[in-house]
Amino acid sequence: MAKQFTTISSRFVPLNIENVDTDQIIPARFLKGTTRDGFGKNLFRDWRYENDDETKPKADFVLNQPQYAGEILVAAKNFGCGSSREHAAWAIADSGFRVVVSSFFADIFKNNALNNGLLPVTVSENFLQKIFAQGNTATVTVNLVEQKITIDATGESETFDINDYKKTCMLNGYDDIDYLLSIKEDIVNYENTLV
Amino acid sequence: MAKTLFEKIWDKHVIKTIDGGPSVLYIDTHFIHEVTTPQAFNGMNKRGIKVFRPKQTVATADHNVPTINQHLPIKEELGRKQVEALIKNCAEHGVELYGLGRPYQGIVHVIGPELGITQPGMTIVCGDSHTSTHGAFGAIAFGIGTSEVEMVLSTQCVLQSKPKLMRINVEGILNKGVVSKDIVLYILSKISASGATGYAVEFAGSAIRSLSMEARMTICNMSIEMGGRCGLIAADETTFNYIKGREFAPKGEAWDTALAYWKTLHSDNDAAFDKEYNFDAADIQPMITYGTNPGMGIGVTENIPTVETINETDKSGLGKSLAYMGLKQGVAIKGQKIDYVFIGSCTNSRIEDLRMVAGFVKGKQKASDVEVWIVPGSKQVEKQAIEEGIDKIFEAAGFMLRQPGCSACLGMNEDKIPAGKYCISTSNRNFEGRQGAGARTLLASPLTAAAAAITGVVTDVREMLN
Repeated sequence: MAKQFTTISSRFVPLNIENVDTDQIIPARFLKGTTRDGFGKNLFRDWRYENDDETKPKADFVLNQPQYAGEILVAAKNFGCGSSREHAAWAIADSGFRVVVSSFFADIFKNNALNNGLLPVTVSENFLQKIFAQGNTATVTVNLVEQKITIDATGESETFDINDYKKTCMLNGYDDIDYLLSIKEDIVNYENTLV
Repeated sequence: MAKTLFEKIWDKHVIKTIDGGPSVLYIDTHFIHEVTTPQAFNGMNKRGIKVFRPKQTVATADHNVPTINQHLPIKEELGRKQVEALIKNCAEHGVELYGLGRPYQGIVHVIGPELGITQPGMTIVCGDSHTSTHGAFGAIAFGIGTSEVEMVLSTQCVLQSKPKLMRINVEGILNKGVVSKDIVLYILSKISASGATGYAVEFAGSAIRSLSMEARMTICNMSIEMGGRCGLIAADETTFNYIKGREFAPKGEAWDTALAYWKTLHSDNDAAFDKEYNFDAADIQPMITYGTNPGMGIGVTENIPTVETINETDKSGLGKSLAYMGLKQGVAIKGQKIDYVFIGSCTNSRIEDLRMVAGFVKGKQKASDVEVWIVPGSKQVEKQAIEEGIDKIFEAAGFMLRQPGCSACLGMNEDKIPAGKYCISTSNRNFEGRQGAGARTLLASPLTAAAAAITGVVTDVREMLN
């Protein structure tokens, strides 16, 4: 059972880079866990540290800049492209993020995020740039019930899409496996039509 | 009503559609490997449930395996634990595992087709984005995350929203020295690394039809690099001839029944697509990437773009990409020094790829300062290569023929490209750090990679062909 999600108001971490692929979010050499926990410490590993050395954080990377914090990650378009590794969603969630905002998400990442209580919010390019233009103390409110994202300082807002089923799951912390297990009879009936 | 190939397969596999939500899609075949399954099995064990349809589940170990001395235990502890977990989970759940030391072991997207498990009209998933490879047989095949792996293991179903439909037509005859990898890198350079996001992509046209099954797999393999949910090519005689007689292909009467059905699996003449692209095969030359996403490719004789000449999609990322790659705007890529050549991965590690490389390098020697790794996609490919004497050709050329696995495609196992080094690679991703932290990847066809192995620099292979 995932965490329930209704509304979050938070500062945000701006990652104004396009085409962030899942190999950047978490490099393959850190996919060796057999549980879902602990991936956060390697989030954006090679952008965060010089020469893979945790004692040498790169000062120019946002996750190393103390002025940025919050439960919302804001990224430029085509976020999460590449590998299907769910570890990318785990690493982001494990780092304390509950929402990722972008103007465009890769398909598999979006599903993986939704399956882990991490809400992907797709906004227009224009609105995305407005968020990036905010200062580091600005907050953003994401209201899943109303499917609305608001820049709190200016009151500017936009609605976002999420299918009703996934919305219900996120609001209640349900997961897809519970649902699929509940319709097993339908699945068996379907299989019987195949032979 | 006229239907596309995708719709024919999709409609047949939808058990129900949730109001305002996704569809419950039945999965015929589920491939699994060691990296994206342990958490799924853990989840099932917690719920106290077993794999629902173990006979429709096929496992192999590929991502973490070493490609030398496979008879020895895996040295790297965490990787070894994942492989051991797979062995244990498969045994407990009754799933067939083609693991290390078994004659059918190999990269999951190589063994499925070569064993005849992958067939037209199927729905196929795997916790690996390059599952799109199997679409070359006229199947709906796509990568899923670990939560979805758990869904399929538990119920043989996954929840999916129907994607939009795209068709990419490539008509005409390919130029000398141009192979299927060049076609897909060319399409990527035109539509970008996100050009097909949200779409199922059907590849069609005379240039696609002319390709062998293995060449078609290379194209569908990289449909995910365009962001595509999956890639498909309608099955035809080439497909049927490839499947017939393989280990798990239907036999006898079952073959005739299957064949009759498979022949109906094509897009109807007046079927509608949401988006359609047309390309001319004659415009395609040997391709190579210069940047850090697979859409950043150019013809091998072209110059690296400048911020003025590059497409809008990659404009903002060009500076960062080229800084990582140590390359400059506006200069020729041809002649760029390379340090490593990697011929392998689920994109280009099949017997035809190895034959293509062997045919080209026979009697030639690799450049002295280049390291060349040839990694077959499976034990069967390796065996075939040895039977054909291809191993001897590689040995004479100074190439190293390694053992099957994902190898240097993804910087996960022991095979990594050192930081700062240039690797011309037949794999599928040139992301930062993909082949190892700091490694610089240039994606190309097996032929272009082989040419670079001989000369030590990025080369127009056409100048070396008779």
